[in-house]
Amino acid sequence: MTSEATIRAAIWRQSLSIALAVVPFGVAFGVVVRQGDMSVLDAVGFSALVFTGSAQFAAASVLADGGTVITAVVSGLLLNLRSLAFGLVMAPALRGPLWWRALVSQLMIDETTAVGSAQKERRWQRYGYLVSGLVLFTMWNLSTLAGATILGEAESLITTAGIDATIPAAFLALLWPRLEDPEHRLVALVGAGIAVLSAPVVPAGTPVILAGLAVLVLRPWRRSPDPVADDGVGAGGGEGASVDRDDDGGPDLNLEGAT
Amino acid sequence: MSPAALTIVLLAAGTYLLKAAGPVLLGGDRQLPPRLERLTLLLPAPLLAALVATSTFVADRAWTIDARAAGLLAAAVALWFRLPFVVVVLAAAGATALTRALL
Repeated sequence: MTSEATIRAAIWRQSLSIALAVVPFGVAFGVVVRQGDMSVLDAVGFSALVFTGSAQFAAASVLADGGTVITAVVSGLLLNLRSLAFGLVMAPALRGPLWWRALVSQLMIDETTAVGSAQKERRWQRYGYLVSGLVLFTMWNLSTLAGATILGEAESLITTAGIDATIPAAFLALLWPRLEDPEHRLVALVGAGIAVLSAPVVPAGTPVILAGLAVLVLRPWRRSPDPVADDGVGAGGGEGASVDRDDDGGPDLNLEGAT
Repeated sequence: MSPAALTIVLLAAGTYLLKAAGPVLLGGDRQLPPRLERLTLLLPAPLLAALVATSTFVADRAWTIDARAAGLLAAAVALWFRLPFVVVVLAAAGATALTRALL
């Protein structure tokens, strides 16, 4: 039998280790924002109000490259569409008064969904979601603040010390765990190709949005997500598609959402 | 309102709606159609890859190869060996700085 205390301790351990892993990302985000000529307040505004790392990085770097507000917002939102799926996964564990559900929804990111849905019982799913959410929210904002204030000031240091190269490195680190899956590898490659090829001819920031079209190579309108099984798409194939959830997985893979 | 502040407000509002749709509106008994869910989970890969590629190989809407490519390579090597993010970032910065110093 697992005692309640053991489960609680395990959840705290998971949450703290994920939060620790996320600190350097937060620092990097603070630096990215300052490099793009935005303020410390902007950096913390992103981290507290948006609170989804990959979208924050995307929007901030689109702005820094001279993209428009709309382009920045759209690229961030496309990255965040998955929050909708996470919300549906976690909703059964988050029942309660309307104000409470509205409040805790802000914590809906890859990591909290991972920790929450990893627990067996509803009450522990809820506990895992809340603990990891609060720990991550705190650490993410503190590390953003640290990056924006301490490192963000060092303008001249940025090119000589190669700090500008940390932006692609951060994006690559976010992408990396997803590349274990062949479908993700394929759409990533196609997406990168689309973006680079279109960059000279479309406005700043839009290549990233166009890259989203890469998912079309997997013919998502098919019934089954299995690329091998259904070349001959059976007419009455039913809705048996199993949901591909491998990319928001365990804590070790999760540099993603609070990031 | 500065462009950054406007971006934050709009992105935060849109993101919040996506996060809260499940818990607040649907109360826990719905699921996305599988194909739609699959799409939402697949999208980050091409978008992040596009960000990697454009932040390394595009500058002012023109193709470019400079010291940041060396940084990206160093980051990839660090990730390949499953090193922590701090090391990945330091490797990228170090390789870029070194390349700049040598060229």
